[in-house]
Order: sequence, then structure tokens, then C-alpha cells
Amino acid sequence: MELNLNLASSKKKSVVLDKGKTYDLLIIGSGPAGLNSALYAKRKGLEVGIIGKKSGGQVVDTTSVENYLGFEYKTGEELVKAFKSHVDSLKVPFLSDAEVTSIHKIENRFMVQLSSGEEIATKAVIIATGSRPRQLGISGEADYLGKGVAYCAICDGPLFEGLEVIVAGGGNSAVEAAIDLAKIASTVKLVHRSQLRADQIVIDKLNTFENVEIYLETEILEVKGAQLMSGIIVKDKKTGEISELAANGLFVEIGYLPNSGFVKDLVKLNERGEIIVNAACETSVEGVFAAGDVTDVPYKQIVISAGEGAKAALTANDYINRLK
Amino acid sequence: MSLLNEQLQEQLREIFADMKDDITLAVFSKEDDCETCKDTLSFMQEIESLSDKIHLEELDLVKDADRAAAYNVVMAPSIVMLDGQKNYRGVKFNGIPAGHEINSFIPAILEVSGAGEALPESYKVKLNALEKPVNIKVFVTLSCPHCAGAVQKAHKLALESDLIDGEMIEAQTFYDLSEKFNVSSVPKIVINDQYEFVGNQPLEVFLEEIEKAQRA
Repeated sequence: MELNLNLASSKKKSVVLDKGKTYDLLIIGSGPAGLNSALYAKRKGLEVGIIGKKSGGQVVDTTSVENYLGFEYKTGEELVKAFKSHVDSLKVPFLSDAEVTSIHKIENRFMVQLSSGEEIATKAVIIATGSRPRQLGISGEADYLGKGVAYCAICDGPLFEGLEVIVAGGGNSAVEAAIDLAKIASTVKLVHRSQLRADQIVIDKLNTFENVEIYLETEILEVKGAQLMSGIIVKDKKTGEISELAANGLFVEIGYLPNSGFVKDLVKLNERGEIIVNAACETSVEGVFAAGDVTDVPYKQIVISAGEGAKAALTANDYINRLK
Repeated sequence: MSLLNEQLQEQLREIFADMKDDITLAVFSKEDDCETCKDTLSFMQEIESLSDKIHLEELDLVKDADRAAAYNVVMAPSIVMLDGQKNYRGVKFNGIPAGHEINSFIPAILEVSGAGEALPESYKVKLNALEKPVNIKVFVTLSCPHCAGAVQKAHKLALESDLIDGEMIEAQTFYDLSEKFNVSSVPKIVINDQYEFVGNQPLEVFLEEIEKAQRA
């Protein structure tokens, strides 16, 4: 038994965002990109604040991070804690559990609208809202959500002790979820529509488990069941053969969709819904910058998001200095 | 078995310094068939030792049946938080609040002691309009990072309304109950055993489901 104390949720917030003033820079999102932008912006001397929904972003749901330079191994949560405490040490105002519904430009200011109805004014904005798990979009997926279909292996894995599970996906997240689940479930079937694109080191680890079977070039067509899910219907893409794989759970790990809906009328998005940015993290609107998984920057990685966040803050700083 | 190392003890002492009123942890155990009762009680004893404002009452589900009934406690281990006047305010934990649930348990201590932040006025108006009792069950696993957030919301609502009872239920300890409610994703929130949703959703979603239960 262990304890995962997160001081931020217990301690009273040291610095509260002042909703009445005009900030130099507001950062929307509190994952690696948002937190690193805050660090860089604050060190430049900007009046900066963070508006976040989920502190740490997706990193929190990651069991282990082994590719962030300087740390051979950290749990996702430990890494976030380190990021957060670094930013907190600079006393950056933080508004947590808040959702931004839209951003409007009024003259040379931006008004950031919150779901609570409040508005906060700022000279510049960095959008670092990350992404959310992508769904398979197949019949039965929504019906069996919470009845077998799951999107967080570390959260829901313990509920499948001794049961049969399927993991959908072929990237690092999917293979790592399969590894976590192999320790709990009786059998794990990893099903992917093409070839695995996870790092070889992770695939090698998965292959050490005897209760794991891998189905490649296999498309998932449907989730079946009665009150709870009982299995999935799959199609072998080479032979065209359709069959049913029995399972109590389906963990969907097939990538992410950008959280860009709230700014779709403000900045230009690409066909995947990602915010289009140039090499300096500028969007199609002057004064609005974006960083991390919500943008069209290739490769969604913690270290890349953090780096992009730094770049966005530096560009925003230049922009704000030009306004003065 | 000690759950709290020295560093954690120090951090918790610092957090508890913000408490306003005293609180009591009423811990219900039972003699038979309770794997985690002993650990839960010893964990609560450790917590009690960290602040003069935290008091512990060791109760038994069977022998103290009247007390259990007063707080709607039906399983063990169960921890009920009582405020400075020893009133039950609807804040309950079924199962050991270890792992990530420490992040709902510690804030609950502060909230029940009166050191919490107020809910926005618009929510209070809705809660004041409630007429029927509301039971909020939040099923969690101890390895779920965002479950504690949902538990915090249930407790926050319970503290604002005498009609609301908010309880964390650790899904693995109370396996049969989890089966009954088909829990296979956490946090799973069940209101009055009938209206349910999955995920640490915004307070608005809790309120919508509560309002559905009111109309039923």
C-alpha cells in the first residue's frame, strides 16, 4: 500500500488568479507545454497566469516515463509534480478546474471567457490545451463505456483482475497499457489495424509476458455484449476473415484528438483539428500562440511539448514588448 | 505497518495547520471478514497523531449499530468525518483512502474543519432548492489519479446541503457492490442508486444528475 500525496490538491492555493486585471499573458492548459510556458514567461518578468482543467494534462495518466532527458524513470505523476512545484516556486497565479469556452479579440486585448461566465483580459494568449483520447468510433463503443470499454489503463486496470482484456492500438501508449494489464488480467490481446509503431524497447518488454497475444493487421468492427461487454468483432485485413474475440474489457489506446474546439473560430486549424503554428509557435492570429499536442507540431511527446511551451513563451514575450 | 514516512508526516502537519475547527474521524471496523480494517484503523491513528485538532473514534459496525445507522454506514472499513460539533455532514469513505485517495481524504479534513473554499453562489441556490435526500456514491480505485477529484466534488456538495450524503467506495474492497453497479471504469458516480455517469465531470454534471433524481 502506498500514498500518492499531491500537495496542490490539499494546500490552499498560494496565488490566486486575479480575474479583475489585465494580464500580459494568459496560458490556457496546464500540461508540460503550459507549465513550461509559464516558467519561461514568468522568468522574463511578464504578468502571467495559468488557466487549467487538469493539472499535468495527460502525463498524469501515464504509468512510467522513461524518455524525459535527465530522468531514467519517473511515474507520470512524479514528473508532473516536479514540473508543477518548479512553476509554483515562482508564484505563478493558477486557476484550476476551469474551462475556457472561447477567446475574443477586442481592440488590442483578448477576453478569455470561462464556463462559469467570468471573463479575464490579457494582452496575449498561449493555447496549450493538449488532446484527449481518440475513440474507435465503432458500434457498441459508447454503449459499453464504463461497462467494459475504458480509456485509462492505470485507473481501470485493477477492476479487471483475473479477467480477459483487449487493448486496441499499436503505439507506445497501447503497448505500455498492455504491459500494465498483463500483470493484472488473465489474458491480454493487443489488437492493431497495422504494424506496431511503439519503441522497440517497449515491444521487447511486452514480449516477455506469456499471457499476451498480439493481433496485427486486424481491424476492430464492433463491441458486443449484453448488459456488459462480452467481446469484439474483428476483421483480419489480409484474409478478410471476420471473427469474435471474447473479452471482459476493451482498453482503447489509439492516439489523441486535439482540444481545439473552443478556438476553431479564432485561429486556423488543419484537417485533423490541430492549431497551425509556425516555427515560432505563432498562430494565424497575432497575439495568440499555441504549443504542444494541440498544435500541428509532429510527434506528441512530453519533452517536445515542454520545449514548444518554452518557445511560445519567448515569442509571446517579444510580442508583448513590441506592444509597449 | 506505517504508511506515512517522515517527509509525508511533515507535509501533512503543515497542511493540517490550516484547519479551523476540530474534526472527528469515526472509523467503523468489523471483526470478521475484513481484510483492510486493521490497516485502515492504523492509518487513521497515524493521521490523528499529526494534529491536535483531529480526533479518532474507534467503532464497530455490529456493536455500535446505532451509531452506524445514524451515519448510514453499512460496510467496513468505513470512515465518517464529524465536524467540530460532532455532527455528520455527509462526508464518508468506504475502504482505505490510500494511494491517490489521500488526495480526497486530506482536503476533506480541511473542508469539514471549516477551512474550505466556498462554492459559487449559483450552485448554492440549486442546492438550497433540494427537497429529497441525495446519496452520491463515487466508486474509485486507489491507482486512479483523477478519481480523488470526483470524490472531492461529492463531499463538497454534501457539506453544502444537509440532504446530500457523499461516499467514496473503494471498488476492489467492496467487490460485490461494484459488481452490482457494474463498475468497470472509475470514477463511476451513482446517484440514489439509479442515475450514473463515469469520469471526474464538472460540478454542473453532478448537479444535473442530482436534479434528475429529485424529479424522480
